[in-house]
Amino acid sequence: MTTLDKQLGEPEGAPSSAGSDDALLHMRGIVKQFAAVRALDGVDLDVRAGEVHCLLGQNGAGKSTMIKVLSASYQPDEGTVRWDGEEVRFSTPQAAIKAGISTIYQELDLVPGLTVAENIYLGHEVSTAGFSRRGDTNQRTRDLLARLGHSEIPPGRLVGDLSPAGQQVVSMARALSHDTRLLILDEPSAVLDHGEVENLFRVVRSLTAAGVAVIYITHRLDEIREIGDRITVLKDGSTVATGLPARETPTSELIRLMTGRSIKYVFPERTEQSVSAEDVAAAEPVLKVEDLSLAGVFSDVDLQVRPGEIVGLAGLVGSGRTEILETIYGARRASSGSVHVDGKPLRRGSTHAAVKAGVGLAPEERKSQGLLLDQSVYTNITVSSMGRFSKLGFLDRGAEKRRAHEYVESLDVRPKGVEHAVRALSGGNQQKIVLARWLLRDCRVLLLDEPTRGVDVGARSEIYKLVRSLADSGIAVLVVSSEVEEVLGLADRVLVVREGRVVHEAVATELDESRVLDLVMEGTPK
Amino acid sequence: MTDSRTERSDGSSLDKNDGKHVADPVEALPEVEPTDSSQSTIAPAATRNSTFGRLADMGFFRIVGLVVVLLLIVLVGTITAGDRFFATDNFLTILRSSAVLGVVAVGMTFVITGGGIDLSVGAVAALASVWATTVANQQIAQDTHWSFIVLVAVLVGAGAGLVNGILIAYGKVVAFIATLAMLVAARALAETISDNRNQSARELRGFFDFFGQKPLGIDMVIWLFVVVAIVGWVLLNRTTFGRRTFAVGGNPEAARLAGINVKRHTTLLYVLAGVCAALAALIYIARTTTGSSSHGELLELDAIAAVVIGGTLLAGGRGTITGTVLGVLIFTTLTNVFVLNNRPPSEQDLLKGAVIVAAVLLQQFVASRKRTT
Repeated sequence: MTTLDKQLGEPEGAPSSAGSDDALLHMRGIVKQFAAVRALDGVDLDVRAGEVHCLLGQNGAGKSTMIKVLSASYQPDEGTVRWDGEEVRFSTPQAAIKAGISTIYQELDLVPGLTVAENIYLGHEVSTAGFSRRGDTNQRTRDLLARLGHSEIPPGRLVGDLSPAGQQVVSMARALSHDTRLLILDEPSAVLDHGEVENLFRVVRSLTAAGVAVIYITHRLDEIREIGDRITVLKDGSTVATGLPARETPTSELIRLMTGRSIKYVFPERTEQSVSAEDVAAAEPVLKVEDLSLAGVFSDVDLQVRPGEIVGLAGLVGSGRTEILETIYGARRASSGSVHVDGKPLRRGSTHAAVKAGVGLAPEERKSQGLLLDQSVYTNITVSSMGRFSKLGFLDRGAEKRRAHEYVESLDVRPKGVEHAVRALSGGNQQKIVLARWLLRDCRVLLLDEPTRGVDVGARSEIYKLVRSLADSGIAVLVVSSEVEEVLGLADRVLVVREGRVVHEAVATELDESRVLDLVMEGTPK
Repeated sequence: MTDSRTERSDGSSLDKNDGKHVADPVEALPEVEPTDSSQSTIAPAATRNSTFGRLADMGFFRIVGLVVVLLLIVLVGTITAGDRFFATDNFLTILRSSAVLGVVAVGMTFVITGGGIDLSVGAVAALASVWATTVANQQIAQDTHWSFIVLVAVLVGAGAGLVNGILIAYGKVVAFIATLAMLVAARALAETISDNRNQSARELRGFFDFFGQKPLGIDMVIWLFVVVAIVGWVLLNRTTFGRRTFAVGGNPEAARLAGINVKRHTTLLYVLAGVCAALAALIYIARTTTGSSSHGELLELDAIAAVVIGGTLLAGGRGTITGTVLGVLIFTTLTNVFVLNNRPPSEQDLLKGAVIVAAVLLQQFVASRKRTT
C-alpha cells in the first residue's frame, strides 16, 4: 500500500528498482482532453525492451485513449514521451510506425479485398520504380508468416476470406514487416478461441525473446498471469499503480486498484424503502424474455422486468450484453426464444413492432444510432411519436415544439430552445434528448445501453436521477453498462453476463464491485 | 481513494411520488438542479441561436445565393439579347421548358434527401409516354374520359418506382445499380412497345383541350410544375412523410431504432420519383403530341444536377424543394440565353459543368464549416 501511494504521489519517481534509464518507452503525465471529458489525466508508463507489459483497467479508464496517444492517432495535450532515451513527439501515425511502434487495434484495420501479402506491405510496398515486385513480396510474406508460426496462410489469399484469427496473424505480420520495437496489442484474445490464444502467446514470447517490447491490453486476468511480466493499472484516466509483478500481485489487489474511485457518482435512492416497494414486487413483469438466443452471440437468456424496476446487465465488451438489448428491441433477429411486453409477444426482428408495443431503446452509439445529428432538437424528440402531432399526415409543428420545449425544460437540457441541431449539444444533453423521445412516447419498457458513455461527471448524476424517476413513474428499465459501479448504483437487480450467458443474478445491494468484476472476468462464482 | 465501495446519496434530492403511476411523465420528473458541468458543456455552436444563425440553419443564404445567380443570368440575357430575352413570352417559354425537368427534379429531391439516387427517371418517363399513347390509340380510350390516360401513365411510373424501391429497400441492391438497370430496361421496353416510332396521340381531344388552356395567360404545363413544386414543398416540410424522409436519409440506423419503417419508406420514395417521371411523360405528350422511347434522354443527370445545385445534400438528410426549383430555373434560363444568342450547345454544356462543380464545392465548403463550428 505504501509503495503504491508513493508511486501515486510522485509522478517523477522511478517506478521500479530497475530505474527508467533502461526503459524503451517512458511516458510521464500524459493528459488528453476531449471537449468536456478529460480522458487521460496524468498517465505514467514505462516499458522495457523484451517485456510484456500489461495494461489493466475498467472500461473508460483510458486504455484505448492511451494507446492512441502512443501510436500518434491522438496528440497529447500535456506530458512527455521519451522513446529510446530521447524525448519525442510523433506528429502522425506513420512517424510512430517509422520509429518502431506498431499497434494492433481491436477492430482490425485490414483491407478485405487485398491479398495477405498486399495487406502486409500496404503503404511500404516492395517495388522498383513503382512496379511492385510480387515474387519478392510473397517470399518476404512467407518468411514473416513462418516466423509467426502460420506458414499455412498463403500470401495470395484474400484477407476477407480468412478467419478472424487468421486476420489477426496478418495484422501481426504487418506490424513485424516494419522494424517493430514495441508492439501494442489491444484485447487480442477477444476474437480468438483457446488454441489460437496459445499460439498468440507463443508468438508474443518469441518476439520478446528477440528484444521486442509488448504492451498487452486485456480484461482476462488468467492471460495476464500467463504472459505478462509487469502490470500498469489505469483508473479514471490516470495511472494508479505501475510496475506491479504480473504473477505475484494478488487478484484482490488488482481489483481493488481498478475499482477504488477518486470520483464518486451520486446515485438516487432506490424505491425499496418507499411504499411502492411491495407494489413493484407484486406486479406482473412488463418485460418478459424467455430463452432468447442469437446464434453465436448469446444463448438462453431469461429475464423479467417489473414496472418501476431497474434491472442492470453487467458484462465486458463482447460479452453479448449490447446484443441482448438490441435483440429484445428487434434490431437483431433472435434465432430462438421470445419477448413479451405486457403479456403480448413481440414480432422478431422488427423495431417498428417493438416501438408500437411501447419499448424504447437508447442505443450505445448515441451519435450513429440514436440521433439525427443535423436535425433540430424537437424533431429528434418527436420522431417516434409523430402520429400524435399529425392530422392526415400534416404535422402541427407548433404543438411539436411546445411539447418538446416542456421536456427540454423539465430535463434541463442546455442550451434551452428546441430548434437548433442536436449536433451542438454535449453528450449528456444529447442523452437527455434520446430519453425525452421515449418519455414523450409513453413507453412501458426502456432499454438503456451505456446511458452515460461520453457524459461528463456532473451530468451523470442528472441522468441517473432521470432514469430512477422514470422507473418510479412505472416504467420498466433495463440498463446495460460496462461500468460496474453504474450498474450497482442504479439498478435494483443485476444480471452478470459473460460470454453470452447470464452467469449470476442478484439484488444489487447484495453485490459489490469487486464481486461483480470477479464474475465478469473470471466467470466462476466463488 | 482506497475505499472501493460505492457511495450513494442519501436520496434527499429525489422527489417521490409514492409509487403512483403518473399519467404525464413530465410531471414525474425531478427538478434537476443545474450543475456547473452542465453549464460548461454548452457547445460553442449552440450560441448561434441568433436570427442570423437560424437563417443560416434554414439554408436561407444558399437560397439567396441561388437567386443572385439566377438574376445574374437574367442580367446577362437582357444585355446580350435585349427585348428578345426580357419579354413575357420568353419567360413563359423558359417556364414551359422547365416543366419536365422541374417535375422530375422535385421527385428526385425526395429520393436524394432520403439517401438514395434514381437514374431511371428519364427512361421511366419515356416508358410512361409510350405506354399511355399506346392505350390512347385503342378503343378503350375512346370510350372513357381522357383522365384514364393520365391514370395509365401514373400507374406505369409508380410501378417502375415500386420495382426500384423493392429492389433497393428489400433486395438490398445498391440504388445506383438498381435504377441503372431500370434505366436500361425501361427504355428497352419503351422501344419494344413503340417499335422505335413516335406514337401520335391526336385522338386524345379532351387531353389536349385541357393542356391547351391558359389560365391567367399561363400554360397548363407551367401550372402543373407549380402545383407539383408546392405539393412537394408541403410534403417535404410539413408532413410526417417529409420528416421521415429527412430521418431516413440523415441516419437510417437511428431512424430504424426510433421505430420508423425504413424499408417501406425508402420504397415509397422511389414510387414518388416514378410518379413524378410519369407526370413528366404527360408534359411530353402535351407539348409534342407524341409518346416516344427517346423522350427524357439524360433527363436524370440534369435532374440530379439541379437538385444538388439547389442545396440538397447528395449524401442525404438535407433537402430543399425551393433550392431544386431555383436549380431548374438556373439551368433552363442558361439554355435560353445561349439559344437566343445562337451559341452552340457545346459551350452551354461546358458552362453547365462549371456551374455544377462550383455548386458542389460551395456545398462542401459550407458543410465543413458547419462541422467545425
